[in-house]
Amino acid sequence: MDSSLFLQYLFAGITYGIIYAIVAIGFNIIYNTTGIINFAQGEFLMLGGMISISMLQFMPLPLAIAVAVLVTMLIGALIEMVFIRWINNPSVLRMVVITIGISILIREAALHVWGESVRALPYFIGSAVTSIAVFGTRISPQVLIVIGACSIMVLGLSLFFRYTSLGREMRACSANRRAATLCGINVKNKVTLSFMLSAGIGALAGAVMSPITYTQYDNGTGLAIKGFTVAILGGLGNSLAAVAAGLILGIIEAFSVSFLPLAFQDAVAITILLIILFLRPHGLFGSSEAARLKEF
Amino acid sequence: MKNMFKKAIVAVAAAGMLALPALQAAVADTITVGAILAETGPSFLGVPEANTLRMLTEELNARGGINGNTIELIVKDSGGNPEKAISFAKQLIEENKVFAIIGPSTSGETMKIKNIAEQTETILISCAAAEVIVNPVAKWVFKTPQMDSDAVKKIYMEMNRQNIAKIAVVAGNTGFGKAGKDQLLQIAPEFGIEVVISEVYDKDATDLSAVVAKLMANKDIQAVVNWSIVPAQSIIIKNIRQAGWDVPIFQSHGFGNIKFVQAAGDAADGTIFPAGRLLVADVLPDDHPQKEVLVKYKNDYESRFKEDVSTFGGHAYDAFMILVQAIAEAGPDKAKVRDAIENMKGFVGTGGIFNFSPEDHTGLGLDGFELITVKDGKFALYMN
Repeated sequence: MDSSLFLQYLFAGITYGIIYAIVAIGFNIIYNTTGIINFAQGEFLMLGGMISISMLQFMPLPLAIAVAVLVTMLIGALIEMVFIRWINNPSVLRMVVITIGISILIREAALHVWGESVRALPYFIGSAVTSIAVFGTRISPQVLIVIGACSIMVLGLSLFFRYTSLGREMRACSANRRAATLCGINVKNKVTLSFMLSAGIGALAGAVMSPITYTQYDNGTGLAIKGFTVAILGGLGNSLAAVAAGLILGIIEAFSVSFLPLAFQDAVAITILLIILFLRPHGLFGSSEAARLKEF
Repeated sequence: MKNMFKKAIVAVAAAGMLALPALQAAVADTITVGAILAETGPSFLGVPEANTLRMLTEELNARGGINGNTIELIVKDSGGNPEKAISFAKQLIEENKVFAIIGPSTSGETMKIKNIAEQTETILISCAAAEVIVNPVAKWVFKTPQMDSDAVKKIYMEMNRQNIAKIAVVAGNTGFGKAGKDQLLQIAPEFGIEVVISEVYDKDATDLSAVVAKLMANKDIQAVVNWSIVPAQSIIIKNIRQAGWDVPIFQSHGFGNIKFVQAAGDAADGTIFPAGRLLVADVLPDDHPQKEVLVKYKNDYESRFKEDVSTFGGHAYDAFMILVQAIAEAGPDKAKVRDAIENMKGFVGTGGIFNFSPEDHTGLGLDGFELITVKDGKFALYMN
């Protein structure tokens, strides 16, 4: 395989990998603050794409995306307040069922509002055939935008959680809810904030990837499954590990096409997940002691 | 006494319920036609088909129906899902007692209900294209799209003209895609063409750059044939052009909806595919036998539904009009209508001029196709 081919596979893998990583980070943020796996995560990406496309008729692209992110964050907050907030000590199974129900609700609502047709945002730079040369291989500039936007989000989030007081408060909630409440942190609001944050990054990811992957009312489900796979692969709750795991999975998927028929691409991802779960159930980067303490 | 009263009421109610269907049949001489179409679901197939059927039914009933019999159209949305198609087929045949079924929209669904139609002796006119629908021939099953084997031959004839000998084939993993891939591989040796790589992609795939990289690695490939009915067919075209590869791309007649072209953006320009003449109705010479039918359907559809016609709506149009003509000739008798369809010759439809026979339940040949290309985001006749 020559270097240009290698790079093409690599870029394909990184594009996918970073999208999975963003979905996984969304899972992790909510899981960290509440212990809930939010299976409606994929729908946030779909909403980000769809709302931007609708808003594009009225305003320029950057504004449309900003509005879409804000609206999706509001929807995230609404979901939390209506469905999650008033449940006391929910069991994991109950929350899983509730969030799956929410995802179906959002999907059907999207079908009603936008119909079943496939839509896409226009390419941010150039058109569907623009291609730029990078290190000897040609890719669409949109790929770089996806990688750039997602990387900035990952960086921004780690800075947020480490250095801002709000971020530290959220980490406190995830470490020990009761102790956090005793310290005067309003845990209920942090939960809402975590939903908003997850929704926001999901929406932005959904918008930037829309030109490449198209947006349709039901493309959230597949992304949620892959994102969940990546979150488990990295170790549930560890966002930086999610990024690494996402890139690993994306790159393995892309390179698998070079020697396996394309039809097996998804099977490769699931096989890797199964192997990891058998050998290291707490994920590649998770610690086994911490995993034993967690309920999930 | 009370007991007797109750029993009497139940008996009268039961008798009434039994009488009801008979009443219904006596009151209206409607012919119930069922349709199983993928109105929702990933492809742009079912909506133009359903729109066309509804439009034609209304026009027909407004004119008084067929010899006084009005048509009642029942459309079921299968979403392209074969399991739903099976359950709707059973429902339409057993509960609604339909005279005939138009559809389904996809080859995968049609193959699943082919046996049901044959066993229940219900006329089935499918809007799906795979050759396996009519080969082996089932007495009661017909289809209106052109044969995918003919589409393949049309593509290969053009490749021979361009001296293209080594190609790559990528197909969607639907019934249509897989059937097309089989035809492409099977017919290639007849035209001296070698299929160097063939790959199948998932119908929900969102990015196919990896498989494009695999194809680009093979420097022998002179053209790519993309055989699919799903939106992913537009994605792979984009990925090929974004990778800076200007290889000639041939598509199947599953590309015949302008929405696929719009989804692919500029990448669709220059792709070549065989399709019915509906897409280029305006530029046909006036004395072309299909021109009048095509232009009327195109104008009616576009003015009513405010969207461009597609060949898929055309297949539904052909199915409906063939059924109506057969009923007009033979009366509302299933067996006679079936015979009438099977012996219909010279029927001018949107897909071409139909000549059915007991061995040929498609009725269209190579001349149903025209080679179409995309120029500036619009369909145009391919001039070679």
